[in-house]
Amino acid sequence: MATAVDAKPAAAAVAHRPGDGFRTVVGIVASFVPAALVLIVLTLLQQAAPAIRQFGPGFLSGTEWNPVTDTFGALPAIFGTVATAFMSLALALPVGVAVAVILAEPGHTNLRGFVGTGIELLAAIPSVVYGIWALYVLAPWTYAHIEVPVSERITFVGWFGDPAVRGLFTAALVLAVMILPTLTAISRDVIKAVPRGMKENAIALGATWWETTWRVILPSARAGIFGATILALGRALGETIAVTMVIGNAYQIPHSIFQPAYTLASVIANEFTEATGTIYPAALVELGLVLILVTLVVNMVALLLVHSISREARLTA
Amino acid sequence: MNRNTLRRYTSRGWLGLMYALTVLALIPLGLVLWFTIAKGLPSVIHPEFFFNAELPPCEPSCPPVLQAGVSHAIAGTAIMVGLASLMAIPVGILGGIYLAEYGVAARWTSWVRLAADVLVGTPSIAIGLFIYAFLVVPFHHFSGYSGAVALAVLMLPIVVRTTEGAVSLIPNGLRESGLALGIPRWRVSLQLILPAAAPGVITGALLSVARAGGETAPLLFTAFGAHILVLNPDQPMQALPMTVFRYALLPYKSLQAQAWGAALVLIVLVLAINLVSRWVLRRQIALAGQL
Repeated sequence: MATAVDAKPAAAAVAHRPGDGFRTVVGIVASFVPAALVLIVLTLLQQAAPAIRQFGPGFLSGTEWNPVTDTFGALPAIFGTVATAFMSLALALPVGVAVAVILAEPGHTNLRGFVGTGIELLAAIPSVVYGIWALYVLAPWTYAHIEVPVSERITFVGWFGDPAVRGLFTAALVLAVMILPTLTAISRDVIKAVPRGMKENAIALGATWWETTWRVILPSARAGIFGATILALGRALGETIAVTMVIGNAYQIPHSIFQPAYTLASVIANEFTEATGTIYPAALVELGLVLILVTLVVNMVALLLVHSISREARLTA
Repeated sequence: MNRNTLRRYTSRGWLGLMYALTVLALIPLGLVLWFTIAKGLPSVIHPEFFFNAELPPCEPSCPPVLQAGVSHAIAGTAIMVGLASLMAIPVGILGGIYLAEYGVAARWTSWVRLAADVLVGTPSIAIGLFIYAFLVVPFHHFSGYSGAVALAVLMLPIVVRTTEGAVSLIPNGLRESGLALGIPRWRVSLQLILPAAAPGVITGALLSVARAGGETAPLLFTAFGAHILVLNPDQPMQALPMTVFRYALLPYKSLQAQAWGAALVLIVLVLAINLVSRWVLRRQIALAGQL
């Protein structure tokens, strides 16, 4: 009986809704987003096809980049991209997590509002402005005050030698500043999502602020902070302009972190408009393809991590 | 020393260190702002900055340069970002409405959401390559239109996600009252929910405009750049970030000064848009509290 009563209005409602046209329209419009993503990857794949056919997997391990002889290998650019990204993470992670911990604390709302706004403005500054600042202010300063003293004192390991004004280290430093807002914003949200009870229990057991933070809050936020880190890694891998301006643009695997190098994105930015023939531009697009596939994987892993964390937080809240 | 005293001091020490790191994080912001103002302001205050900067000697032959001021770059940025907004903002708002209004059960929405988040993190240089292959190659020339499309691809996911966030903040009661009055679903979404979420949606749109206005990489192979004032988007166009990028790397002091000035104009525009959007967002939060 009850089912019959329930079924009737539902059926009537369905009959009354002659196919939700609006839903179809907005659904189609929303599909532009995944369509764009798929189209980007397919287009790059198609454009890179001549180079993929010619060089095969050897493209990834080749170290020479010579447009004159049409010899192209991506390894130095891949090395530069990965090295700058991980160095910038190492620099930014402790700072980012510290700021996130401070921002997630209750109280001092004015101070935290100020710091939070500052970090968000850091995210708003265009990449090219970081670039010009790094080129004319940061790079000479780090050369004189960090690179030269360090290379003079630490001589027993090779990879601190031979300082140059533009190089891997300067690029990593700029990248660290640029990924800091991503790291901080997500880590703060994850830390805030830690159930309050856990913190209160730790305090009730007599733990100090530091013990609560280090042994209770950060371990339970660990997976989310890891997700934030990987997301920041994705940003660092794909950053183009600021890095192009300070990395020194030398197609080599440098023997020292202070030496000039090159990244995937910078090679494309510098050379694509001048590339002629078929193989040269195709090789550049293949660099772009490598870059986009790596960032796609990195971003998806990070997003799944962060999303699963927030779902968990919703369930336990 | 008592063990507990030691624990307390350790805790204070770490707290102090974390505050120190927080201050450290804000130093680059101060430095970037300070140097951009200090180095950019002397160029900006000259009226020639906008129209006729001193040109360096060039060899063997100069490009047909009528002006090296930045007025053509400002015009180019305005035209391209404007066109990109016309494309990305309406599409993005509808997409965001789809995610927020129909997103609870449907599986497709989670794919759209993931795609949007991934697209936000996609290197902008790759978007430039994509539009080059898609719009520049078939038409055989660089153009402001292709630059605008590249910027639109960049803006779209930002608008989608911020609109979704703003729309899903609107309490269900408003939707239900609209539907109970017999208003069709599309009018509930567009005429009831969207106006209520307007401040949040506008914030997202403004943020995407600020992001697009500061982007260089997607424009390098699409809009390409120009030395003269171009108002027809079918031609190659200059943009402010490209001016900063190209002039900063040239060995001429006068053009480096132009680059700093352009960086100052850019940063003022971007930060102004950001501050306005924050103000709008605060109104949204106040409004949502009343609903």
